[in-house]
Amino acid sequence: MIKSLIGIPALMGDHMMFRMTVIVAAMALALAGSAQAQTPRKGGTIRMTAPYGSSFTSLDIHTTQRAQDEIYAKALHRSLYTWDSAEGKPVPELAKEVVVSGGGLVQTFKLRDDAYFHNGRKMTADDLIWTYNRIMDGTKAYPGARYVRIIEGAAAVEKGQAKEISGLKKIDDFTLEMKLTEKVDPGFYFFTALTSIYPADEGAKDSFIQHPIGLGPFKFVEHVPGSRIVLERWEKFYKPGKPYADKVIVSIMGEAAARDVAFRNKEIDTSVLGPAQYVAYLADPNLKDTIVDVAEVFTRYMGMNPSFKPFADKRVRQAINYAIDSDLIINKLVKGKAYRATSWLPLTSPAYDKTMKPYPYDPAKAKQLLTDAGYPSGFEFEWTTSQNESWGLPIVSAVIPMLDKVGIKVKVKQVETAVLAEVVRTGDYQAFIYSQQSGPDPLAALKCFHSSTPQPACNYMNFRNPDFDKILDEAGQTDDSAKRNQLLQKANAFLYEEAPVWFFNYNKAVMAVQPWLHGIQKNPTELTHQNTEELWVDDTSPAK
Amino acid sequence: MLSFLIRRLLQTIPTVLAVVLLVFVLFSVVPGSIASTISDDVDPQVELRLKQQLGLNDPIHVRFGKYIARLATGDFGTSFRTREPVTSMIAKRAWPTLQLIFTAMAFSVLLGVPLGFIAALRPGGLVDTAAMIVAVTGLSIAKFWLGLMIMYVFALKLGWLPSFGYGDGSLKYLLLPALTLGVSPMALFARTTRAAVLEIMTADFVRTARSKGMSETRVVKWHVMRNALVIILTTVGLQFGGLMGQAVVVEKLFSWPGIGSLLVDSVLQRDIPAVQGSILMVVLAFLAINLLVDVLYGVIDPRIRYA
Repeated sequence: MIKSLIGIPALMGDHMMFRMTVIVAAMALALAGSAQAQTPRKGGTIRMTAPYGSSFTSLDIHTTQRAQDEIYAKALHRSLYTWDSAEGKPVPELAKEVVVSGGGLVQTFKLRDDAYFHNGRKMTADDLIWTYNRIMDGTKAYPGARYVRIIEGAAAVEKGQAKEISGLKKIDDFTLEMKLTEKVDPGFYFFTALTSIYPADEGAKDSFIQHPIGLGPFKFVEHVPGSRIVLERWEKFYKPGKPYADKVIVSIMGEAAARDVAFRNKEIDTSVLGPAQYVAYLADPNLKDTIVDVAEVFTRYMGMNPSFKPFADKRVRQAINYAIDSDLIINKLVKGKAYRATSWLPLTSPAYDKTMKPYPYDPAKAKQLLTDAGYPSGFEFEWTTSQNESWGLPIVSAVIPMLDKVGIKVKVKQVETAVLAEVVRTGDYQAFIYSQQSGPDPLAALKCFHSSTPQPACNYMNFRNPDFDKILDEAGQTDDSAKRNQLLQKANAFLYEEAPVWFFNYNKAVMAVQPWLHGIQKNPTELTHQNTEELWVDDTSPAK
Repeated sequence: MLSFLIRRLLQTIPTVLAVVLLVFVLFSVVPGSIASTISDDVDPQVELRLKQQLGLNDPIHVRFGKYIARLATGDFGTSFRTREPVTSMIAKRAWPTLQLIFTAMAFSVLLGVPLGFIAALRPGGLVDTAAMIVAVTGLSIAKFWLGLMIMYVFALKLGWLPSFGYGDGSLKYLLLPALTLGVSPMALFARTTRAAVLEIMTADFVRTARSKGMSETRVVKWHVMRNALVIILTTVGLQFGGLMGQAVVVEKLFSWPGIGSLLVDSVLQRDIPAVQGSILMVVLAFLAINLLVDVLYGVIDPRIRYA
């Protein structure tokens, strides 16, 4: 037996033996290579793009709610919480521990004692209190006020009735007590860059807007307005060994075609793709593996004004949902770069009900519902829209013949996006098409349909239904997370039945990522918002 | 000359005021306001206070009066969006725009004028036909498409230059956007020069010069070229204004940090002070260039005197 074993190589011959040795060595090398590929490399430059316009609004991130600005802010700043894409929820960032008391209304944060601002000063509770008071300055209308309002006494500061937020109390330098007005998870309110923590007092200086100071993994180096922001590694960042890269450059590239050329030319590491490019990249064997996609927490819909008589009838609203072949539009026009909407809450919402089915395309049923509602010959309405390719005029144009089939005529009113925002907030429409944030907090997303939510806040369809309110109030009160989820699903199903909107789609965000950039997080709140300390480039990157 | 300059400068005041008034009125009647772009969820009281603070609740004539008063002191106001002084925003963007426009202009003049000249010297010949094909094509191509093609060829295929960005502001970043911007005026200069030269070639003074036995080179150099320059200069002056408008597309395409992209974003976000400031700067630059052109007329053609 031993002999025969020993004899095997001889039987195989030298050539065979050599081949096996080579294969084993190659496998070992591949394994080693793979291990090396997975080990983050220190150094290099990450070259991201900001695709939503021709500039950043401001270097004072408290003043701007544009997704464009948060791209750089995620590298420069830190908030009390951060979004954990792997967990699918917000997690404490600047706090090591959170103790909940007072029936869920009091949150005590044990803050990090190793977080340093880019000017070298250690962060304390005073900085958080100063920041939240600043955001509530009603003379400035900071957009983050909508989140900080959840703290007791914040609204009074906003209205000029108090100087400081009464619900914030410094216990010691690294302990902060926060009293809330409602029993909510504060993580959903304090994870965006709108509530980034600034160094107290320094943040008020005029120089701050030219040279911002944050707590993030990268510190500010340079801003060329309309072109780029450059940031470099902050050596005293509180996460050991991070960030990996030496530098982050965020280039402003509003034109999709220009981004495409730059990406193919390896000048940028990330590029957001529109529907046309998505199809082209999928078809290109060299590019299809660069695609990263995620169902973002945005719902695209047509809002219907209940004060316009036909839309006051639920059957008419349902008829519109039956009359439109949404799947056809998503596949042919949006090129598959969207997920069919069933109701309001998107796929990535913790309260999304996978068993729910969307309204089927059924023109006969739509016609029947219209007849039942007293509109056998249909009616005409005015549809306000922007030019947006994914939720604007092209979609409206595709829907018009479908509605015409059931007797509904559409008069299109085309406006700019800024005007559309105004129209939607003021209720000056019969119908409009829009994309609205519908997460990540399902409770907050559904609250937009609560009777107590004013129209300009986010209840754009002025939806008022006591039965819906009751379900939502119950969901907000319960401590049992399973029960809360169940109630939120019920509320979402209620909206499906009431059909205050035509449920069109949930955005599928698509980004092309160069093979040398690792650590990309599938962030459903906005794919371009990356925790940059997790990103690293391997040595095949052209930007060493 | 001094009195001419003073008179021309005084003449610019009503032009500037008319532009300022026009922009002011336009932005007062178009729908949409800064409040919608600041936040989706502004407290109504805060919105009211913000509008009061920005003076948006005042009647239009009051706002206009206040704006003119501030303008007279050199204060362009504060941006609604960035909360920075508009002058400082424009100052950061002015140099890249000037770099882009002057490089594009240099390219178009240096190529377009000789091309037109050569074409006119042999009308109907091969060079003339080819030059005019180039000129008509250059005038017809959309800037956006041309920019993409230029990017594709010089950056992606040949790898000679970066496809976008400002970099350190050096020539390698400037060339492609300037080329994109310069093709159309180059074509126009070629056509204008050709037409001007052809017309001057048949003028009496050219015939007289030839009949006196002057060499063709001297005729072209001293009589044709010099007289054609007045027409070319007028076109160049007018094109500066056109380039400032066209730079908006090119700046956006190449991520070039100029006034054009500032203007686009300010319009979209209803940042009225920034829009007014940007437009005013473009108008002032245009007027300044045209004033310079008027002065240069006298240098080129001694017959023109400014009484």
